Amino acid sequence: MSKHYLGVDIGSISTKAIVMDENNNIILDKYIWTQANPILATKTIINDLKKEAEDKGIVDELNIVGVGTTGSARKLVGSMLDSQVVKNEITAHAIGTLSIYPDVRTILEIGGQDSKIIIIQDGVVVDYAMNTLCAAGTGAFLSSQAQRLGVKIEDLGDISLKSNNPSKIAAKCTVFAESDLVHKAQIGHTKEDIIAGLCKAVVSNYLNNVGKGKNIYDKVVFQGGVSKNEGVTRYFKEALQKEVYVDKNSHLMGALGVAILARKSDQEKKFNFDISEQDFITKGSECSGCSNNCEIIKVYKNGNIIDRWGNRCENSKT
Amino acid sequence: MNDILKKEIISFPHMGNYYSPIYSLLSRLFNNCKILIPAKITKKTMELGEKHSPDFVCTPFKYNLGNFIESLEKGATVLIQAGGGCRFGYYAELQEQILRDLGYNFTFITLLDAKKVDVFRLYKKFKLINPDLKFHSFIYDFLLTIKMINILDKIENIIRENIVFEVNEGEFDKLHRDFVYKLQFVGDFKSLNILYKDTNEKIKNIVIDKNKKVLKVGIIGELYTEMEPFSSFFIERELSKMGMQVKRYTTVTYLLFEKGKAEKVLLERAKKYIKFPLGADGTESVAHSIELCEDGFDGIIHTKPFGCTPEINAIPILQKISRDYNVPIIYFTFDMQTSETGVKTRLEAFYDMIKMKKEAGYV
Repeated sequence: MSKHYLGVDIGSISTKAIVMDENNNIILDKYIWTQANPILATKTIINDLKKEAEDKGIVDELNIVGVGTTGSARKLVGSMLDSQVVKNEITAHAIGTLSIYPDVRTILEIGGQDSKIIIIQDGVVVDYAMNTLCAAGTGAFLSSQAQRLGVKIEDLGDISLKSNNPSKIAAKCTVFAESDLVHKAQIGHTKEDIIAGLCKAVVSNYLNNVGKGKNIYDKVVFQGGVSKNEGVTRYFKEALQKEVYVDKNSHLMGALGVAILARKSDQEKKFNFDISEQDFITKGSECSGCSNNCEIIKVYKNGNIIDRWGNRCENSKT
Repeated sequence: MNDILKKEIISFPHMGNYYSPIYSLLSRLFNNCKILIPAKITKKTMELGEKHSPDFVCTPFKYNLGNFIESLEKGATVLIQAGGGCRFGYYAELQEQILRDLGYNFTFITLLDAKKVDVFRLYKKFKLINPDLKFHSFIYDFLLTIKMINILDKIENIIRENIVFEVNEGEFDKLHRDFVYKLQFVGDFKSLNILYKDTNEKIKNIVIDKNKKVLKVGIIGELYTEMEPFSSFFIERELSKMGMQVKRYTTVTYLLFEKGKAEKVLLERAKKYIKFPLGADGTESVAHSIELCEDGFDGIIHTKPFGCTPEINAIPILQKISRDYNVPIIYFTFDMQTSETGVKTRLEAFYDMIKMKKEAGYV
């Protein structure tokens, strides 16, 4: 029986999961919104994967022996799924992308709340940078502006491609961008131009902040949720004067990467799909050991504590 | 002795473990007063400081103010602020005004209001609080404190370099705590030397495994975020836990006694990149990162508080150095956020990266 590996990437906006075989081929994948509930999102996505397997008639052949988690809820979901590997997004993304583009030199990644650039040399990450204090120029920015314009976020890219005259919009700060956007609309710019301007603004914000001071060499791969927006891809190509590759699975690279890491970990443990029937709850409490008041999180499975974290010292009272 | 003066309670802001020698100095100089070590920095300190500070002031200001408020609440009547380079030099006046506006009554003393350490000026100031203070004993205590700070820095340097090799977890931490505690009660050179010898002896007895494979990283940047662990989510401890050996240049010994002389040397070392000093610790950040690159360090961590102008000046130059020497530099900006998840994610990724890079033979 061949072996399979599960990778789950639980981001701030969306949750991605894949099942792959021993040769890193994705055989099942799913993408849903996290909706600020990583536990429910994980249960749902695991259930969805199972359904997909049933539909494809391969559910009996599935033999998942390794689980990896990444993304901002990696720790919580990691203990939920009892995963072998819990890895940060940067490492996971780099490994995932390298498995598809072994000759990649630059990975541009824009997700829901963070954005990063990863520089690779001969298959090894040699430098990276991530956005620092705020989420300007990320998916969260685009989704809030789409809402203001009354457009679905999925349609932003297509609409922007209709414009050849993008409006100038300041993307440094979401608040400034919003007033710019309202102003441009009021003086008569078309919706297409404004949306194209937004996409362009995301690119210039990214290159000026995250990509600042980095040399961008070919081959350039663009991924993360925002890479599904063709407008942003277009302006990346324009700004960099380079071909920018977007894989059809560009949103799944983190999940794929962490599944590969689970395979490489050589620790095998049979994974059971019944996770969606288990009862998981988390309880947050403030430790009263000292005035640091660390926020302690406890994770319970069917009423039994399975994990806890958050305390800075050993003084914590349970 | 004057009865009114007897009641004075003196306090000062925290920075790392320097409260220990400062406590010792003040309790010897002002034997007519009570010395109050400010409460350990916690989330509450941060919140108090943040609440009463201008939002865009640099982070150390907020921590200092929080320390002062907590001490005033405990009855402090005299507050001491250091003063110094960059915007830090203006903290004292503003903090004094904010605290007065809040309705507190106190005497405020700034140590370094002239550009250099002026011993006579300091003596005159201290004499206002303790009229019985003799000049010769002031000089003696002053020199003793310098020696104490020097030894504190030496011991902490040894611990920083070796803790990653520790076999039985927690031994260095315990020794460190004991040493800092004992230091505040040292009253003369002889007992200081005994404590130093004794601590060194104990360090030798800690089992370390020098064969353990570790990565070498250097910390550079703004002084407060480097020296006050709370302000950087205990970044040095995190690094050691992950398996990185940490080097740091900035200490109080350096700032007070070496920095002045070092500028020429630093500019010479960094001449390929800068012609003029960058202000505050910016020149150090550039020159030290060159040194770290040339010494074969695997990575560099740059820390600064939000809005720190000298370090913002240094960053573009550091990016060039990073490219030229092919050594990664990661940048952290600390302010009042309480989520350390972002910091941990970036550190973990940094560790993974330099580890894989090294294994592939790139460093």
